[in-house]
Amino acid sequence: MTGPAGAPAISVSGLTVRLDGTLIVDDVSLDVSEGEWVTVIGPNGAGKSTALRAVGGLLPFAGEIRWHGTPIDRLHRRDRAKAIATVMQSPVVPPAMGVYDYVLLGRTPYIPPLGRESAADLAVVDEVLTALDLDPFAGRRLDTLSGGERQRVFLARALAQGAGILLLDEPTSALDIGHQQEVLDLVDRLRAERGLTVLATMHDLSAAGEYADRMILLAGGRVVAAGTPGEVLTEANLAEHYRVRVRVIEGEHGPLVVAVRGNPTATISHSGNT
Amino acid sequence: MIAAPALERRARPAGLRPAWLAAGVLAVLVAMLAGLAFGSARLPAGGVVVEMLNLIPGVRLDSGLSDREIAILLQLRLPRVVLGLLVGAMLALAGAAYQGAFRNPLADPHLLGVAAGAGLGVTAVIVLGASSTTEVPVTVPVAAFAGAVLAVALTWLLGAAGSRDRSPAALILAGVAVSAFLSAAQTYLLQRHVESLQQVYSWLLGRLATAGWHDVLVILPYAVVTGVIVLAHRRELDVLTVGDAEAASLGLHPQRSRYLLIIAASLGTAAAVSVSGLIGFVGIIVPHTIRLLAGPSYRSLLPLSVLFGAAFLALADLAGRTVAGDAEIPIGVVTAFLGAPFFVLVMRTSRSVPT
Repeated sequence: MTGPAGAPAISVSGLTVRLDGTLIVDDVSLDVSEGEWVTVIGPNGAGKSTALRAVGGLLPFAGEIRWHGTPIDRLHRRDRAKAIATVMQSPVVPPAMGVYDYVLLGRTPYIPPLGRESAADLAVVDEVLTALDLDPFAGRRLDTLSGGERQRVFLARALAQGAGILLLDEPTSALDIGHQQEVLDLVDRLRAERGLTVLATMHDLSAAGEYADRMILLAGGRVVAAGTPGEVLTEANLAEHYRVRVRVIEGEHGPLVVAVRGNPTATISHSGNT
Repeated sequence: MIAAPALERRARPAGLRPAWLAAGVLAVLVAMLAGLAFGSARLPAGGVVVEMLNLIPGVRLDSGLSDREIAILLQLRLPRVVLGLLVGAMLALAGAAYQGAFRNPLADPHLLGVAAGAGLGVTAVIVLGASSTTEVPVTVPVAAFAGAVLAVALTWLLGAAGSRDRSPAALILAGVAVSAFLSAAQTYLLQRHVESLQQVYSWLLGRLATAGWHDVLVILPYAVVTGVIVLAHRRELDVLTVGDAEAASLGLHPQRSRYLLIIAASLGTAAAVSVSGLIGFVGIIVPHTIRLLAGPSYRSLLPLSVLFGAAFLALADLAGRTVAGDAEIPIGVVTAFLGAPFFVLVMRTSRSVPT
C-alpha cells in the first residue's frame, strides 16, 4: 500500500473547508515527508483542528489531500483507517470499557464486518500495550485512569491501527507540564522506532517548537508562516497573529516562547479587526 | 505491584463468556418450563419435559399426561410461552440496540415513541380494517412497522431541532412529545370508532392470552431479520461508543450503521407490539441488568439480552396469569410495576451505568 516513490506521506494543496457555510480553512497547502514531524500552530479559531480532521478524512473538503500520492477521498474508509490514525483532542471515554478493549478498537479496520478479531490482532494489541508500558493497566477500566495514563492509552489505540501516519490534535492540552513532556517524548520515540509520520496541532508553542521538524502557522484559516521552528516562532510573527507580546529565547532544542504582559491600550489600537 | 504481571496476562477482549451464555440458556429453559407447567390447570413438570422432548422428530416417550392436558400444553400454553419468549427477546434486543445507536442509556422503544407509533399503526388497522377475528391480521405488523419508523424519524428530527448533537435529554424530551402526539392521534381514532374500543384496549394493555401459533408465525420472520441484523452489528456498536468522529476514523460509516440498527430495532419492536400490544420497560430492565452484571460490551450484551429478555417476559407473563388467581393481570401492567421503579434506579445511577 505505498504510492509512487518520492511522493510525500501527506500532501495537501488548496485545502478549503466550510462548516455550516462558514469558511474555516482557506486554501491551505502543506507537505509532510515520510518520518517527519510537522506541527500546525495558530490562535484559537485559526482552523488547525478542522484542517487536521479533513486530512484524517473526517470532513468534506475542497482541494486535494494525497496520501503517498493517492487522493484520500479515493481510499476506502477501512484502507484510510489502516493508513492514517487520529488521536482527537479529547477522545470520548466509553463508560466502563476496559483498556484492553479500547486498544483493540484500533484493530477495527482489520476485522471483517461480520468476523471477530484474529490472533494477529490480539498480538498487535499485546505488543502495543507493552511498548507503551501499559501492561499493568490492561485489565483496568479506562475511566479509572489519570489524564496522562489515558493519553497513553489513546496513543496505543492509534498505534494498534498500524497506520504510518499519526494525526494528533492537541495531544497535551489536558496534561500537566511533566506529563506533556512524557507524552511528546513518547511520540518522538515511537516516530523514530516505527518510522511514523506525525502531523500535530498544538497550543504550547515552546513544546511545539522543541519537537517539530517543521511548523505551519495558521491564522484565519490561511497559512501565514511555514518553515523550521526558528523561522516560524519569531516575535514578529507571534505578535501579528496571536496579538501578544512575546519574548523568544534560544533554547537547547528550539526557540522558547514566553508571553510578556503588554501595554493594554497599545494592543487595542494595534488590533485592526477584520 | 508484584501481582500485576499475572493480572495483565488475563486481559482478554470482552466477549460472550461461555458461563453467561449457559446461564442465559438455562434461564430460558427454566422460564419455559415454568410457563408451561403453571397456570389455571397445573401440569406435572416431568410430563411437560417429556412432551417437549416428544416434539423432536423420532422421539416417542410416554409423558403420563392425559389427552386434555396434552391439548392444553400444545395448543394453549406452548404458543403463548413461545410468543412471550419471542416478544421479550425482541423488546430487550431492540432496547439494547437503541441504547447503543443513540448512545443514550435511557433509549427504549417506549421512550422514543416507537411503541406509540406502532400502536397507532395497529389501532388504525383494527379500527379501519375489516378485521374482527382474534387472530392478528398479516397487515398489522406492516402497519406497526410503518408507525414505528414514522415515530423514530419524528423523534430523531425533533431531537435535532433543539441541539446539533442530539443530547440524551433532548432526545428523551422529543420522544415524550412524539409519544404524546401519537397517543393523542390514537385516542382520536378510538373516539371516532367506539365500537372497536374493547378490542383495541385489550390489545393495548399487552395480551399474550389469545395467542395461537398463527401469531407466532406472523412475527417470526420479523424477529429473525431483526435478530440477524442487530447481532451482526454488535462489534460496530462497541466501536460507536467512542463517538461518531472516532468511529469514522476507525473506518466505520457511523450514520449508516446507526440508521440500519434503528430500522432493524424498530422492525423488531413493531413485530412485538403488533402481536402483544404495549409492553413497556423490558428494553430498559433487561439490558441494564446485564450491563451491571456482565459488562458493557455489546458483543455479550446483545446475545444475552435476547436470552434474558425472552426468559424475563415469559416469567412476567406467568406472574400475570397466576398471581391474581383467575383474573389475569395484563402483562403490560406487570412489566410496568417492575419497570417504573427500575427506571428511577437507572436515572439515579446513570453516571455509573455504562451505555
